[in-house]
Amino acid sequence: MGKIEWAMWANEQALASGFILLTGGIVGVAGQFRGWQFAAYAVAAGVFVCLLEYPRSKRSKGTSMARPGQYCFTVCVKAFGPLTRNYYVRAFLHAAVCVPGGFMLATVLGCVCLGIASLIYLGAAIHGEQWVPILPHKEVRKPMESMKNPPQNPPPRPPLEMRRKRVDDLEGAAYDNPIPVADE
Amino acid sequence: MLVLLPVCRNLLSLIRGSFMCCGRTIRKQLDKNLSFHKLVAYMIALMTAVHVIAHLLNVEWYNNSRLGVYDKLSTALSDLEDTENTTYLNPIRKTDIDPQQIPTYLVFTTIAGLTGVIITLALILIITSSMEVIRRSYFEVFWYTHHLFIIFFAGLVFHGAGRIVRSQQTTDPPHNFTFCKDRTDDWGRIPECPIPQFAGGFPQTWMWVIAPMVLYLCERLLRFIRYMQTVTYRKIVMRPSKVLELQLVKSGFKMEVGQYVFLNCPAISQLEWHPFTMTSAPEEDFLSVHIRSAGDWTDKLIDIMQKLPEGAQGPKMGVDGPFGTASEDVFDYEVSMLVGAGIGVTPFASILKSIWYKFKDSNPKLRTRKIYFYWLCRETHAFEWFADLLQVLEKEMEERGMDHFLTYKLYLTGWDQSTANHVKVWVDDDTDVVTGLKQKTHYGRPIWDKEFEQVRKENPTSVVGTFLCGPQVLGKVLEKKCAKYSDVDPRKTKFYFNKENF
Repeated sequence: MGKIEWAMWANEQALASGFILLTGGIVGVAGQFRGWQFAAYAVAAGVFVCLLEYPRSKRSKGTSMARPGQYCFTVCVKAFGPLTRNYYVRAFLHAAVCVPGGFMLATVLGCVCLGIASLIYLGAAIHGEQWVPILPHKEVRKPMESMKNPPQNPPPRPPLEMRRKRVDDLEGAAYDNPIPVADE
Repeated sequence: MLVLLPVCRNLLSLIRGSFMCCGRTIRKQLDKNLSFHKLVAYMIALMTAVHVIAHLLNVEWYNNSRLGVYDKLSTALSDLEDTENTTYLNPIRKTDIDPQQIPTYLVFTTIAGLTGVIITLALILIITSSMEVIRRSYFEVFWYTHHLFIIFFAGLVFHGAGRIVRSQQTTDPPHNFTFCKDRTDDWGRIPECPIPQFAGGFPQTWMWVIAPMVLYLCERLLRFIRYMQTVTYRKIVMRPSKVLELQLVKSGFKMEVGQYVFLNCPAISQLEWHPFTMTSAPEEDFLSVHIRSAGDWTDKLIDIMQKLPEGAQGPKMGVDGPFGTASEDVFDYEVSMLVGAGIGVTPFASILKSIWYKFKDSNPKLRTRKIYFYWLCRETHAFEWFADLLQVLEKEMEERGMDHFLTYKLYLTGWDQSTANHVKVWVDDDTDVVTGLKQKTHYGRPIWDKEFEQVRKENPTSVVGTFLCGPQVLGKVLEKKCAKYSDVDPRKTKFYFNKENF
């Protein structure tokens, strides 16, 4: 299927699942359903998943489109180092988080979607993908490149004997410059 | 239903063809078919969310009612069983499992519940894979996942088959339910209050979706039939900078200017169809496309073509199309400003060639007297074939003494110091050093105000059509300039803006 980075799709799926889990949880709590405790958990889990998945990873090839305002999330997620960088960890984390959602109808949909996202992340991890933060890169200015070096060698001159001023024979000392010289 | 119709591109082409008399505004709406498809899809998603939430609440309340949490009437109604002389109202029949799991059990054992869950999942997968990021970078994932819509529609049609939404039926003889509703213990025992009967509603979704589904099926069938038709190669040329020109002949194929076709090469991929703008004019008896190396499929195609021996036929190719765009209007304007940016220059190859043929044959359909062509690109490497085309046109026009007909300006927006140095040295030469054309290359972006001023000055009384094929930002700029330089006075110059979209 071409050079797809599965993590990109897994990320979209997980973010959507986070929202669905959150919505299901809110409905469960607001409607005071039986098992509303699971719904309350789903609200918390949904928020957590959304926060974790909001910052997009940098793509290994091509331009990465950062989501609006994702910089602060990137910094937080980056702080967890290998836990968030590795996709195996994410796959198992999502699988674990989604399980309690299956105990109540309102959150079942979020649970299944998150489970699917977890599977896609597993696929991404098997392909060796990693989460790389998108950080604004500072412009490195290289002033050295545009400046040209001063000349290393003196200009070509006739040998010393010819250059020495011949006071005795001023007429004969005159010679034509090989390079035209003009007074600017 | 409305989501299927905008993607029947053959149907849309047919409608567009039939509306040739109805003016361009109607046809322009057909160009926005993909935007409409997306809008309808968003609505479907929103309504699905509302539907799901409503059912979640609804099932929970049914559950409560069944367990006797509510008032006597609700409990009595819920207790009605599904036997020979009673019909049930509350779809929840099971009470002997953990009450928290009853809703989940209901969902997974009824047709409506099961189909609902499956199609909602399908919808979510379709939506996440259609996000711009995924679609632009990994089209295959988008395309293959999008076929889950088959599951979506199948599930949708069967969603109501369980008939669990029930309404009250009149009993025989009819009874007064306001009188009976408080006497739940007397139901069936007194003649005034027989046991109330309920029945499910007839499923109706299929009535809405069947017609579009049939139309879509016809569309896919048509694409398949077109694919089976024979396509022969007239010429295969490798152009510089990894651009492949293919000249194909297909019997019964008619095209208009600036249209595009979908190509499929089973040797590379059975299921992938890729769109390419045609670069040949309708007056020619073949169709040509210029394919640039821009991904998996194109790379493999170029690879296969390069390995072919001289004069051999290429691999089997399916051609679907042509599909229309707005550039068919280009001949209606007296004066045309054509702006092609980057890869957007491709439809103009077809347009320029066609205009030239029509001009030579003095075709009365051609109302154009003057063309201004602006070609903007970062560097000309990928479009040397287009520069060749311009050179040929330039020469022919000079031969006929018609060099006022076409004025073209090339803008290289990606110049660097070495290019500038090179140009400085050759500035006095007759032909341009970069392209070999008589017109000198300009560097940087065009100053649109000056261009529009010039066009207006040279054509003080004409209607000018501006056509763009390029980025949206440029479209907005040109639209503004068209408005700015158009005169309300009908005797003076008016600019009309048209945009291609791909």
